[in-house]
Amino acid sequence: MTSPSIHPFLQVENLARIYPSPTGGEPVTVFDHVNFRIHKGEFVCVTGHSGCGKSTILNILAGLDSASLGNVFMDGREVSGPSLDRGVIFQSHALMPWLTVLENVAFAVKSRWPARNKQQVREHAMRYIELVGLKGAEYKLPSQLSGGMKQRVGIARAFSIEPKMLLMDEPFGALDALTRGVIQDELLKICAETQQTVFMITHDVDEAILLSDKIMLMSNGPHARIAEIVNNTLPRPRESSAIHKQPHYYPIRNHLVDFLVSRSKLFGSLRDAPGAPSSPTVFDPADLIESEPEAFSELPVGKPHIHLVNA
Amino acid sequence: MKTRLSLSQKSGLLSLGLFAAILLVWQLLTLPETHVAAANVDPEYAALMGGGGAKAASGFPTPAAMAQTVWDKLSHPFYDNGPNDKGIGIQLGYSLARVLGGFFLAAVVAIPLGFAIGNSRVVYQAINPYVQLLKPISPLAWMPLALYTIKDASASSIFVIFICSLWPMLINTAHGVANVKKDWLDVSRTLEVNPLRKAFRVILPAAAPTILAGMRISMGIAWLVIVAAEMLVGGTGIGYFVWNEWNNLSLTNVLFAILMIGVVGMALDSLFGVLGKRVAYQE
Repeated sequence: MTSPSIHPFLQVENLARIYPSPTGGEPVTVFDHVNFRIHKGEFVCVTGHSGCGKSTILNILAGLDSASLGNVFMDGREVSGPSLDRGVIFQSHALMPWLTVLENVAFAVKSRWPARNKQQVREHAMRYIELVGLKGAEYKLPSQLSGGMKQRVGIARAFSIEPKMLLMDEPFGALDALTRGVIQDELLKICAETQQTVFMITHDVDEAILLSDKIMLMSNGPHARIAEIVNNTLPRPRESSAIHKQPHYYPIRNHLVDFLVSRSKLFGSLRDAPGAPSSPTVFDPADLIESEPEAFSELPVGKPHIHLVNA
Repeated sequence: MKTRLSLSQKSGLLSLGLFAAILLVWQLLTLPETHVAAANVDPEYAALMGGGGAKAASGFPTPAAMAQTVWDKLSHPFYDNGPNDKGIGIQLGYSLARVLGGFFLAAVVAIPLGFAIGNSRVVYQAINPYVQLLKPISPLAWMPLALYTIKDASASSIFVIFICSLWPMLINTAHGVANVKKDWLDVSRTLEVNPLRKAFRVILPAAAPTILAGMRISMGIAWLVIVAAEMLVGGTGIGYFVWNEWNNLSLTNVLFAILMIGVVGMALDSLFGVLGKRVAYQE
């Protein structure tokens, strides 16, 4: 974790998305009053149920979509359109099927540095292909790759342009659990090496705990908001196979699951009540009195694991 | 002993069998009368009735006579004995040149225009009524207008080819461009790819299979239309050849021309099939 500076790297102010009603009635507010900050080098995960507008927020950050209200500032400048400063990893990997792995990455590199010659572009692209462990597959077409390998190419492509910020929309949602674990560990390593600032959407609670410094929880739409922010205090480096042995793991996990199962619904009805919190509540497991013995037990307790995949 | 034949072996055998059956029926339909005639009737009359093989100008030729004609014509495809007697290669060459000329002009117009239509809802809706109105018109209906304005028979047939090739390419290009996956466009947007590079490196390869399918349809139609157009304007080309041989009452030559039209059409189509495979991609 990096120490937060006074000026946040990314600042989102009062973001809202309002759709005119298709039947001509009241316009539909998907989310409003969305405020958050991301500091340089921070890894932030967002989770919440489908329809709360997570993907729209990500697209607004990417500049692919625009907000009805509110502003996004990155590095002191307002975000008003797509930019090479923000790399995007799409859930559907979005590789161009007529280009090889190398060409897909090189296309991005050439877009970032048009003046570079072919050899330089190639070398740069190859470096990132090697980083995601795809050396030897560079001349393959995406259709010849497995889902996990395709997503690795997507990761290589996004990292290759050396963006100031990385945006990921459920990048591993379509992968099987084993492949996901391997790629998550690789992503952790790459992010640690590059000090990348990341904004990531996920439905997978364990993924959020493994990767993030901060987890933002969105209440259900319409009128969705960022209801809670969880500081992920698990020490780094982390590894997917050992993370559940950390004392803070279960408190965080339970907190997240409880939110998704019950509090995410309640928030909508409580938000307009007098005395409702105007800014998200912050949960920090370090604040907990260290008295929960089950969280310390060596063996995982017989609690059922609730996986909210694509809930 | 049971030997299993592969699928292509089976279909190959069946094809050959069909060919043999066609030849047999053809032979039976054309030969018996001359045989009977040769037995009972004056030999001179028999000779007139088709005993002379390929030289028989009237009457339906026998397979053997046909084969002889094919062999003769194909062994000298490029001779030129004046306007009414040119080798089949020359006639096909004229037709191909017109088809390719008209087709190329149509591609030059249809592909950029299709890009514009496919990229913009406004342009699409503005141009769509014209396309819908002009598309169903038989290309030959343009012929008088073309002859009047262009005042050149050959150029007029090129124009007719242009008109008939235009629509499938235009419609397919617009369709292909409009349906490029949003993900790929989003990728190029986040990479700040400039419009020209996006058009050539993203939209064109993404739409290429659809565009090529349109070109293939266009080429098929163009090859159908050129025969009719050349029958109309005369002078040179395979269509004129067919009509001229009909006037000469040489069914053998007409049949030969039909065969050649089929062979060239098939070759053009498979050429576009190969090109289509090249630009195809698998998601």
